[in-house]
Amino acid sequence: MRDLKSGPGRVLVAVYGVFAVAATGRSLVQLGLEPGKAPLAYSLSLLAAIVYLVATTCLLLGGDRARLVAIVSCAVEAVGVLVVGVLSYTETQLFPDKTVWSHFGQGYGFLPLVLPFLGLLWLLRGDHARERATR
Amino acid sequence: MTGVNVWLLGIVLVLSLAAAVWTVVMIVRDQSPPGDAYFGLLGALMLVLAVQVVTGLVSLGVSDRVVEKVTFAAYDVTALLVLPVGAALALVERSRWGTTVLLVALLTVAAMELRLWALWNPHA
Repeated sequence: MRDLKSGPGRVLVAVYGVFAVAATGRSLVQLGLEPGKAPLAYSLSLLAAIVYLVATTCLLLGGDRARLVAIVSCAVEAVGVLVVGVLSYTETQLFPDKTVWSHFGQGYGFLPLVLPFLGLLWLLRGDHARERATR
Repeated sequence: MTGVNVWLLGIVLVLSLAAAVWTVVMIVRDQSPPGDAYFGLLGALMLVLAVQVVTGLVSLGVSDRVVEKVTFAAYDVTALLVLPVGAALALVERSRWGTTVLLVALLTVAAMELRLWALWNPHA
């Protein structure tokens, strides 16, 4: 079974874990306290939280199926942070409150912008390693 | 009593940044796992963070300041949990990458401290 969590993967698990906790906490607070204030922004916060949780879990699980799901999660993340990043600048009225992805993840040191690409790099790099191993 | 004591915050920042520099040195030299002295430093840092949890939650209870209380309490408590998890990962992965996890943990603590400060002083 392919191991996604050893070596550099361990660092990814750590960073993804931090974001899973941060995004989940944020969306729980937002939806728990004032769900009506910014429905779109809060739904996106929840989506981000789920995506980070799924990615973290898949990295920990390892194996081909988990890797596939993790690749999809990273792709969703990349699209999410780019689309929300642009919209949070151009369509400010849609976002009365912030999400993890607002302004390309500015509130989190722009890590949400970098993270999906690091994730994809790690997940796809495994292909080359496997090709070498089977050759 | 102030919610985020500036001295406690300063100590946490200095200790975590010192530990971060130490961690970078270990990563560059490819030393793993970290030695007892290093974990002693992390222990000291956690002790200060524990004091911060107590003072933070107590002053949150007595203060009538407008603070996002739930978020503040969550950051206050979670900051204490980051290092043990990071240390556990670093001991499982006994390589440069495991030590890098500790760097991530320390920078996370430093970032959370700044966020705590911003939460306590929303209009500063």
